Amino acid sequence: MNSVTNRKIEKYEKAELGFWLYLMTDVVLFASLFATYMVLKNSTAAGPTAADILDPTYAFFETIALLASSFTAGVAVLALRFKRVRLAIGALVGTLVLGALFLTLEISEFVELVGHGHAWTQSAFLSGFFTLVATHGIHITIGLIWGSVMIAYIFKKGSTADSLRKLTLFSLFWHFLDLVWIFIFTIVYLGAHL
Amino acid sequence: MNEFIQFILGRLSIEYFPKDPVTLGAAIGMPLTVLGLVGLITYLKRWNWLWSNWLTSVDAKKIGIMYIIVAIIMLLRGVADAGMLRLQTALAANGAAGPFSTDTFQQVFTAHGTIMIFFVAMGLAFGIINCVMPLMIGARDMAFPLLNAVSFWLFAAGMVLVNMSLVFGGFSNGGWLGYPPLTGLEYNPGPGVDYWIWSLQVAGIGSLLTGINFVTTILKNRAPGMTLMKMPIFPWSVLVMSVLIMLAFPILTVTLALLGLDRTMGMHFFTSDAGGNPMMYINLIWAWGHPEVYILVLPAFGIFSEIVATYSKKVLFGYKTMVWALLAIMFLSFIVWQHHFFTMGAGANVNAFFGIMTMVIAVPTGVKIFNWLFTMYGGRIAFKAPMIWFLAFVVTFTIGGVTGVMMAVPALDFQVHNTMFLVAHFHNVIIGGVVFGFFAGMMHWFPKIFGFRLHDGLGKLSALFWLIGFILAFIPLYILGLMGAVRRIDSYSDPTWQPLFITSGIGVLFIAGGIGLFVLQLAYSIWKRKQLRDETGDPWDGRTLEWSVPSPAPHYNFAVQPVVAERDEWWRRKQQGRTHVERSEYVDIWLPKNSPVGLVIGVLAGLFGFSIIWHLWWLMAICIVAIIIVVIRRTLIDDNEHHISANELFHEAAKASR
Ligand code: HEM
Ligand SMILES: [Cu+2]
Repeated sequence: MNSVTNRKIEKYEKAELGFWLYLMTDVVLFASLFATYMVLKNSTAAGPTAADILDPTYAFFETIALLASSFTAGVAVLALRFKRVRLAIGALVGTLVLGALFLTLEISEFVELVGHGHAWTQSAFLSGFFTLVATHGIHITIGLIWGSVMIAYIFKKGSTADSLRKLTLFSLFWHFLDLVWIFIFTIVYLGAHL
Repeated sequence: MNEFIQFILGRLSIEYFPKDPVTLGAAIGMPLTVLGLVGLITYLKRWNWLWSNWLTSVDAKKIGIMYIIVAIIMLLRGVADAGMLRLQTALAANGAAGPFSTDTFQQVFTAHGTIMIFFVAMGLAFGIINCVMPLMIGARDMAFPLLNAVSFWLFAAGMVLVNMSLVFGGFSNGGWLGYPPLTGLEYNPGPGVDYWIWSLQVAGIGSLLTGINFVTTILKNRAPGMTLMKMPIFPWSVLVMSVLIMLAFPILTVTLALLGLDRTMGMHFFTSDAGGNPMMYINLIWAWGHPEVYILVLPAFGIFSEIVATYSKKVLFGYKTMVWALLAIMFLSFIVWQHHFFTMGAGANVNAFFGIMTMVIAVPTGVKIFNWLFTMYGGRIAFKAPMIWFLAFVVTFTIGGVTGVMMAVPALDFQVHNTMFLVAHFHNVIIGGVVFGFFAGMMHWFPKIFGFRLHDGLGKLSALFWLIGFILAFIPLYILGLMGAVRRIDSYSDPTWQPLFITSGIGVLFIAGGIGLFVLQLAYSIWKRKQLRDETGDPWDGRTLEWSVPSPAPHYNFAVQPVVAERDEWWRRKQQGRTHVERSEYVDIWLPKNSPVGLVIGVLAGLFGFSIIWHLWWLMAICIVAIIIVVIRRTLIDDNEHHISANELFHEAAKASR
């Protein structure tokens, strides 16, 4: 085995472990935010409660968009593995479009809430809600930037060992965000009506 | 027009320039010092050297040295702060005015605690770990050398922000943990608390990345043959510390971010109105804070384990129990945080649970102390300076542990919580444990990094001064605490307290003397470096791999990748007479190239913090975009290594051994 490939594999293994460890720290970060939200959920300061303003149908479409985007991200990785570069790029574009759709829905929900006078300044509950959901949204935004870079990279380099590794890390991140969203959907949106 | 100016300048304004003479002096002195340094480097034409050898370096040892330099400079500032605090309490008795205003006093104790924990203790820990951990596990470098540089520069950026507050805007007055609602917008509208938040946030992200880096390094970069149970105890302590960092620091990130959101976006997490819950802050900050004290002390434990075994010329007693003790502490340190607020109304059952858990955590700690003592028992002990630090540690740390267990009893804690007794406790464990440990480590490993030993006698004298200073400064605080003196007071009416406060102030002078002796030791040893030269690479008859390479350690650490058969591998090789490496064993190696990315990200993150503190939203946006661009550009570079041939390695090694 030639030693250049060897070193690359070693490096990739480290990057992968490091990335998993990073995701673990992100789990702790979101866990802290969830805990905060749960503590403050009923601190509505005479403002609206979660049941009053959180609409699960909105979140339902966001969930569909994100789940679908996770699927296309998986397709992209598989396609690249089988050297179907154009399919991979297509699937990635699909992922980003769905991600952007998710983000648009989220932002319009925020705008609507603020428009009705329910901004993050109104009550502790709303502070917790906006912060938790927006933190996830910021992660999605980072994912969108990362995904665009990946498209450019794969476009240039094709299906190489390097591009496959980079794309795998991206899809790991994207699936992770999907998972976090499932928790948000259950705890925040469905939980509002329990 | 006015609006435009406000947009550009945020809330920067002349009124934030310091007015009282003390801070004004610092505000003028500090920029002058920086300018002086810049001038000196220019005059000596050293910019190139600085840039290519240090600022862009990704070598863990270089990064470690930079951490230690920053930490020692910050130690000087932290001790100066402490001197101011004790000067005030020595004088301001019985209605007399002290030299400092209440507001200055509050800023000084906040800065003192913040600097000592985040920029001295953490800095020394990361510094020493970077210098020796890769060597001890037989690795050439960290798993992510560039990320390591990024971490350092984030740490440095945080440090700059703390010190900048002295010149412009003032620092937080909310204590080192910044409890709201005092640190909320309502009671603290100025930039001080924001300085506190963002300097810690920036440095804290650096620490988080460091934790990830250390864990990956230890799991992936160990020498072949070194199973986890054959790994020396110091790397073990670093592994556990890093896992704690990974689990605890995200909580700090969130806590600071929420407080920041309260302050800049008008949210209500911790406010006293609109449903905010200040108690939640106390819980969150201690869910990070208690693990943090173990993050600091575990590497010190690891250092002592190596030192005791080396200078007793014996195998470390109870290696396995040491590892299990570390793991037990790792687990337990997450279920004791509530002992920091027994008095805040949790109720008897909750207090009882956390009190008992706190007492339990003293058990693995005690196990370690006994293991060290048993290691010494029957050994041929060389009483070099690191051993003197160790002995000082055993005495002081044990006292600190005992007072900790006392406060773990909620009923007793109601008496002494937030008094000088508590202050004495944590200085007892932090100075006696963490600081003594890091000084011992610096003296022990100095020759490996710099190629010459530190003068032993001066090191011992420094330890003695620290010990005396510590006893004088903090034993009176225990008594004062029991007499009812609360922490953080800048004046008091009971005249019987004054002699104790004066004694404590004298103690600070002794500690300052200890630091002075340390600086003298450095200077003298540099002057006499020819006599103190370490020719062998193994000045203390060491046991672990770092002593198998020449001193100073080459930048690639090991010319030939070592293969490990035993825990004390270097000791084994010496016993079996197998210290020689054949020419045929040399192979080519690749090392990461230098890169300015760390420095650039550090500068941008510092500016980012600055822009939030002063509400310069345009600058904040620029910084975010710039950081994204730098990161993207970097991830697209696949070729970032340079090559050293087997031949070069062989010749360099031959030269070093001559
Ligand atoms: C032997 C085990 C230990 C026990 C049983 C213990 C117990 C305690 C307790 C009960 C408190 C809270 C007291 C109060 O607020 O009234 C406390 C505070 C503290 N301890 Fe310890 N401790 C131990 C070891 C350590 C170590 C190893 C460190 C640091 C390296 C440390 C650093 C601190 C700090 C920084 C504080 C409080 C800081 C503040 O309130 O600002 N402790 N300890
Ligand atoms: Cu604690």
